[in-house]
Amino acid sequence: MAYIKKSPWIIHYDGSSCNGCDIEVLACLMPKYDIERFGAVNMGNPKHADIFLITGQINSQNREVVKTIYDQIGDPKVVVAIGACAIGGGVFRDCYNTLGGVDKVIPVDLYVPGCAAKPEAIIDGVVQAVGLLEEKKKRGVVTHKEGTGDETRKLPPVPDLNLEQE
Amino acid sequence: MTSLWLIIGYVVLAPLIGGIISGLDRIITARMQGRYGPPVRQAFFDVFKLFEKQNLTVNRFHGYYLVCFLIFIIFSGILFFGGSDLLMVVFAFTVADIFLVLAAYSTNSPYCSIGAERELLQMLAAEPMLLLTAVGFYMVFGSFHVSVIYRAALGGKLPILYLPGVFLGLTYVLTIKFRKSPFDLSTSHHAHQELIKGLTTEFAGPSLALIEIAHWYETVLLLGMVYLFFAFVPIIGVIITLFIYFVEILIDNTNARIKWQLMLESAWLATLVLGGLNLLALYLFAMISKGG
Ligand code: SF4
Repeated sequence: MAYIKKSPWIIHYDGSSCNGCDIEVLACLMPKYDIERFGAVNMGNPKHADIFLITGQINSQNREVVKTIYDQIGDPKVVVAIGACAIGGGVFRDCYNTLGGVDKVIPVDLYVPGCAAKPEAIIDGVVQAVGLLEEKKKRGVVTHKEGTGDETRKLPPVPDLNLEQE
Repeated sequence: MTSLWLIIGYVVLAPLIGGIISGLDRIITARMQGRYGPPVRQAFFDVFKLFEKQNLTVNRFHGYYLVCFLIFIIFSGILFFGGSDLLMVVFAFTVADIFLVLAAYSTNSPYCSIGAERELLQMLAAEPMLLLTAVGFYMVFGSFHVSVIYRAALGGKLPILYLPGVFLGLTYVLTIKFRKSPFDLSTSHHAHQELIKGLTTEFAGPSLALIEIAHWYETVLLLGMVYLFFAFVPIIGVIITLFIYFVEILIDNTNARIKWQLMLESAWLATLVLGGLNLLALYLFAMISKGG
């Protein structure tokens, strides 16, 4: 039996945007939804986490951060992009500093739509992520070998903003 | 023969009891916060899960340090439940903690290092009271041996009646040893502290599972020390011990983390006032009865 199903520990990162989805993720931990019923805990430490919940869009400043967090999570792991911003940049997609959705930097397993995503939808996402974790465990998916520090994916180049010209 | 059974019982059952206690702890904490909380077996699920995860090591020695930590925790428990010297129990317990600190330092991570420094401070704050407890038992029962103390307690010489101050002091220090709020400086069971996870930040998967298992052994050993004060009737002793743990949970949920200076000062003050005065009173009584 895979115990990873029974105890999915979460790390949550909010890549700015309007923070609406961020608040909804935290709402899941509060008394009304209380996802700790399923053993899910918000860890705040990538090395202890299994599920990476990420809200907000990717910009030129947080791309390194998101990549680092992803690399620090031990296998098996699942990435869930929450909200329109995390999926494709949302209302901020045309901003000068926005690179787009989370999948621009790291491989995303699940997308939870909404602006803001509802707590019910987020919980559904986590439940599906748990199923995926078990599957990855069974297939023995390895994203990075121990000690080699090999890259899963190269970071996209930062677009030349040419701000001075304006 | 009984002590052998007790030792075997401790080694086999302590993780079970410790795990259940930590599961109940999480449920009670959740209820105090108006939540429903995880199932009782959650602590076991967590540890089994951690063994399924990848072991990310940053230093090839940290695994050995953690194994030593676990071994010495179990060793000090064996000394205690085997009825051995109480001072030895305290020293072995300290050595175990030192290994945890070494493991944290070996990772070279800033969070871990600060966590380790704070763990050292926590030991500094708690250790005098643990030693005074051993000394207090010696003054009452004339022996450091847990088996002698236990037999005398069963025979009707209640430790709590002679050592109420020492008991209160020990309860104060227990919060530091359990790393519960307001003394969860080095690491915390709850997310979102300023050091992320402090001492345990760099330990992933099986390494973290070892720490968790050691923590269960630690819990049972410390609660065993509390039980020793009330060892005259087993049922009452167990009920009071569990009640003390409940009080720890209550304190955990109603207090914010404090600075290390306040922790050190208050712990030493408690040691000096509660423990010291108790020992002084014992000494004076002994003098008077000798003189009379
Ligand atoms: S998806 Fe909507 S609610 Fe969520 S962060 Fe973006 S703008 Fe805010």
